[in-house]
Amino acid sequence: MKLILIFISASLINNFVLTYFLGICPFLGVSNKTENALNMGLATTFVMTLTAAVTWPIYTYLLVKFNIPFLEYVAFIIAIAALVQLVEMYIRKSSPAVYRAMGIYLPLITTNCAVLGLALFMVLRDYNYIESIIFGFGTGAGFTLAMLMMSGIREELEFADVPKVFQGVSITLIIAGMMALAFMGFAGLIRG
Amino acid sequence: MADNNQNLWHEFQKGLWQDIPPFRLVLGTCPALAVTNSVINGIAMGLATLFVLLFANISVSAIRKIVPAQVRIAAYVVIIALYVTVADMFLAAMFPPISKALGPYVPLIIVNCIILGRAEGFAQKNPITPSIMDAIGMGIGFALSLAVMGLIREIFGFGSILDIKLLGAWFEPWIVMILPAGAFFVFGFLVALVNYLSRKKAETVCH
Repeated sequence: MKLILIFISASLINNFVLTYFLGICPFLGVSNKTENALNMGLATTFVMTLTAAVTWPIYTYLLVKFNIPFLEYVAFIIAIAALVQLVEMYIRKSSPAVYRAMGIYLPLITTNCAVLGLALFMVLRDYNYIESIIFGFGTGAGFTLAMLMMSGIREELEFADVPKVFQGVSITLIIAGMMALAFMGFAGLIRG
Repeated sequence: MADNNQNLWHEFQKGLWQDIPPFRLVLGTCPALAVTNSVINGIAMGLATLFVLLFANISVSAIRKIVPAQVRIAAYVVIIALYVTVADMFLAAMFPPISKALGPYVPLIIVNCIILGRAEGFAQKNPITPSIMDAIGMGIGFALSLAVMGLIREIFGFGSILDIKLLGAWFEPWIVMILPAGAFFVFGFLVALVNYLSRKKAETVCH
C-alpha cells in the first residue's frame, strides 16, 4: 500500500516538474513535438529508475558506512554521469533503433536537475531500497506525463494568435503555471 | 590598456542586462522558480550561486590547458560539486534557517546550467581575469533576477518585504503567488517584459 502511495505521490501530487520545478530545462526545451517529448520522457524515466537503484546502495553502503556523507553531492553526480554514459554505450550496441530514438537525449539527462534531485529527495525522505526504486519510477512517469501534456498543448498553440512579446518561453511558462494549478487538484488523493 | 579595461567591463556588464541569465538565456530556471517565494531566499540563492560561479570559473580557467577535451565536462562537474558542498556547509553552519528554507535546492546548484554553461562557454577559452569578470557579472545578474522575482511574489503573496509588513490589514494576500503556479506566472510575465523592453530599445537604436 505504501508503495502505491509513493508512486501516486511522486507522479501526480508532488510532480517534480510542476511542484518542485525540477527538470524545467527539458520541459521547456524538448516539449515542442509530442514524439520528442515522449522519447525524452521514456529515456528520463529509465535513467531515473536506474539512478535510484544505484545511488541508494552508494549512499547506504559507502557514504554512511565510512562516515563521509559530505561527499554525497560529488558521489551522486559522478554516479549519474557514469550511469548515463554506460546506458548510452549499452543501448548503442544492443538496439540501434532505440538509440536513434533516445540517443540524443541521453547526454542532456546528466544535467537534468530532476535526476540529481531524485537522489537527494530519496536520501532526505529515508526511503528503503524498494521504495526508492518505486519513487524513481514514479517521478519519471510524472515527468513523462507533464512533458506529454505540455507538448500536446504546444502543438495546438502553433495555430493560436499569441502576442509577440509572449511568444516562446513566456507563454510556455504561463501554461505551465495553469497546469500547476490543475495538478493541485490531485492533492486530495492522499490525506495528510 | 584602455582597450583591455573596456573588454573587462564588457564581460562584466553583459550579465546584467544583455545576457541576464534566467530571462534572456533561460538558464538556471529551476532555482529561479523554486526559491523565490520571498526576497531573502532569492538573495541567498543568488549569492550562493555567485560564489560557486566565481570559483568554478576561476578553477576551470586555471586548468583549461591541462584538462583533456574528452573528460572536460566530468572534470568541471566535479569542480562545481566541490564548491557547492562548501557553499552548502557554510550556509548550514552560519545561516541555519535559510539553509533549511532552501533545502535541496542548494545542492542542486551543481546542475544549474548557468554554471556549467559559463565554464564550457567562457572560462575554458579565456584567461582568469576576464573569467572572474564574467562570473561576477553573470552572478549579480542572476542574484538580481531572483531578488526581483522574490520581491514581486512576497509583496503579493504575503503583503510584506523582507518580513516587514508593508500593506495593511485591508490587503488580502494572493495565495497563488506563493504556490508553484505563481512562480510560473511571474516568471512568464517577466520574460515577456524583458522581451518587450529590449525590443523597444532595439527600435530606438535603429531609428
